[in-house]
Amino acid sequence: MTGVHGLRAAAVQPESGVADPRPPAGAPAPERGQEPGRRRAPGWLLPLGTLLGVLAVFELASRTDVLPRRYFPPPTAFFGRLAEELGTSSFWADVADTMQGWAVGLGLAIAIAVPLGAVIGSVWWLFRATRLIVEFLRPVPSVALVPLAVLLYGTGMETKVFLVAFASVWPLLMQTLYGVRDIDPVARDTARSFRIRRVDMWTRVMLPSVVPYLVTGLRISSSVALVLAVTAELVVGAPGIGQAIATAEAGGNVELMYALIVVTGLIGWGLNTVLRRLERRALHWHASQRAVGGAL
Amino acid sequence: MNRRRVGLALEIACPLLVLAGLAVWSSGSQSFYWPPVTEILATFRDTWLFERFGTDVVPSLYRLGAGYLLACVVAIAAGIVLGSSARVSRAVEPIVEFLRAIPPPALIPFGLLIFGVGDGMKIAIIAFVCVWPVLLNTVDGIRSLDPTLLDTTRAYGIGGFERLRSVVLPGASPQIFAGMRTSLSLALIMMVVSELVASTNGIGYFVLQSQRTFAIPEMWAGIVLLGLLGYLLNVVFVVIENRVLAWHRHARAAAE
Amino acid sequence: MLDVIGLQKTYGEGSRATVAIGDLSFRVDKGEFVSIVGPSGCGKTTLLKCMSGLLAGTAGEVRLHGLPITGPPEQMALVFQDYSRSLMPWMTVRGNMALPLKRRRLSKTEMRDRIAEAVDSVGLTGFLDHYPWQLSGGMQQRVAIARALAYQPDILLMDEPFASVDAQTRADLEDVMLAVRDRYGITVLFVTHDIDESVYLADRVVVLTNRPTTVHEVVEVDLPRPRHQVTTKELPQFAHLRGHIYRAIRPDAVAAGGTP
Repeated sequence: MTGVHGLRAAAVQPESGVADPRPPAGAPAPERGQEPGRRRAPGWLLPLGTLLGVLAVFELASRTDVLPRRYFPPPTAFFGRLAEELGTSSFWADVADTMQGWAVGLGLAIAIAVPLGAVIGSVWWLFRATRLIVEFLRPVPSVALVPLAVLLYGTGMETKVFLVAFASVWPLLMQTLYGVRDIDPVARDTARSFRIRRVDMWTRVMLPSVVPYLVTGLRISSSVALVLAVTAELVVGAPGIGQAIATAEAGGNVELMYALIVVTGLIGWGLNTVLRRLERRALHWHASQRAVGGAL
Repeated sequence: MNRRRVGLALEIACPLLVLAGLAVWSSGSQSFYWPPVTEILATFRDTWLFERFGTDVVPSLYRLGAGYLLACVVAIAAGIVLGSSARVSRAVEPIVEFLRAIPPPALIPFGLLIFGVGDGMKIAIIAFVCVWPVLLNTVDGIRSLDPTLLDTTRAYGIGGFERLRSVVLPGASPQIFAGMRTSLSLALIMMVVSELVASTNGIGYFVLQSQRTFAIPEMWAGIVLLGLLGYLLNVVFVVIENRVLAWHRHARAAAE
Repeated sequence: MLDVIGLQKTYGEGSRATVAIGDLSFRVDKGEFVSIVGPSGCGKTTLLKCMSGLLAGTAGEVRLHGLPITGPPEQMALVFQDYSRSLMPWMTVRGNMALPLKRRRLSKTEMRDRIAEAVDSVGLTGFLDHYPWQLSGGMQQRVAIARALAYQPDILLMDEPFASVDAQTRADLEDVMLAVRDRYGITVLFVTHDIDESVYLADRVVVLTNRPTTVHEVVEVDLPRPRHQVTTKELPQFAHLRGHIYRAIRPDAVAAGGTP
């Protein structure tokens, strides 16, 4: 569930497990073998063409029943259905329900993970003491708690929020931890030697260094949150798009099911894009901060 | 006493203390939802060693393994193709971007439609979800191979299969492993979710059933097993990765 | 054996075009050790890449044994400057050396013998099962040279191979090159920015101009062999040659107030 800069992904770096604690490095490798200066067709032409081509093949295969129409409705059909749905209030209610669970859960996770991570990261003995515990709890799949959540909170929004929050805490916690611990020791020691106030220490030295990590954590947690929100809706029946998808499938409403899946994909893609851009901004700013001589 | 020793002591002592504390604090628990830790552990032993091991753990692991391996093979193969051609990867980029952004659980009804309620559905879903991190990382690993290395390979006329086997894949392997690690945790998640939605056996199914029949200690035993599984899979993966990528760690250390 | 005929390389087009290499011609005969030296940034690496078939020239051609080069020729081996990035870190020294030999379809014994001999000629016997990261920079470069030697090419192209090592290691590596040349009788084309080195090693020195790069002149090096780091460099002829080349490359340095 990590972000991507095109297919030249700064997706996951080796050595550090789930995601690179350091935000992506940015500059993609130069295209090899290109003759500079030669005029090329616009960059979006090829991808768009391929996408349309694939859809066209799908359409054809479906209409001629090469792909059984019952399971693979033609794109025109389900995109049409999607357009219809956009006009209904129930659709938007579902979207709102999903996003509400996502937002509240994520907000809770931020409120818990960031301060916790900041504290643990800056107090060395706390870090050591909790390291094994965190390492053991981290790989626990949050979805394993779905039945527990149902037991505690029933099948409504609260269950969803609980699951989203629980799952989203971990990436944010880890990123905050890494961020706080990655602070340039030279900058920190210099600041300390000047005996600046605690407040300034935090805002001028630590915070700028941590922000890129926070944004990376937010990006990862955001997609985790979406996954858990949809999971809760699907498994438990909490209101939202996931539940609508399940209902559509159970009712044999295949085109609606496809349309809704496309919607979730678009939401996921949209969130990802926005947050990746934010991440790049934060990194750019961070890099320029660092370039300006490190300490104050 | 120096920092290092204190740190090490803390690292070991603290988790143990927490565990002990939990055990003690919950020992007299009358709560329905939070049975004593000792009871959970006893139930764990009774259930998973080895009464329900064959009926639930084995099918779960089978589906997990099959889906994961299928995904890795397909993803690495596709990644090699995409990684070798900037044009092709640019062409399919929006499609890949979109497909990987779909929250995996949303695909389960789709899987149900096509495959019904069997192992096939679960393996297919797990595989579909796990493909993306490995694919993207394979492409990234191949595209970021050192140009000098590639020039050397070209200068010596090393091509085709040999080049793939001896240069491209080993060179991209650190990235590929990183992707495989992410996919492993995804595989576990999707295994559980698919068993929560539509299954007649499996660890996830067991946890759900226990909850529905209010067999709370059993539910917890299942949750603990899933946690343990997540942890063990990670550990095993890291051990394998460290062996295979020993050269990478050393080379990086030497370069610094 | 190797002919460069009217080679040109232009980057970009129209008004933004940069001519890296102008009309450049020279030849290298069998068994010769030829150095190429020129002012900084004069496109020596570009030249080498064109000569080795890694890069296509804009005009002119390069011929090996009379046949034009369109891609990296089989009878040619290359040693790069950044040795650490040309060795595969996941293979041992032996593995690295064996890789180019696979296409030669040698018997196991022959491969083993070739590798052993090449490793011996660079003085790294006993390190065959080491990994590159276990070796120093100078040793890694020797591995790269040994790899090229085991390949037994007709001609060896070297792109500033000793630029990244310290001076003493460089002196050792220069002597390794001389020993290797004597032992294998191999033809070498050696690109460097170090004028002393170019004279010390070579039979002839090709002096290049600034961009657009062409051949300024070709200097015969009639110093006696075997060469020695101290005694050869004490010879007045050595000083004369290096001074001559220095002036050719950096005429401004002399005109600006030095004694000519």
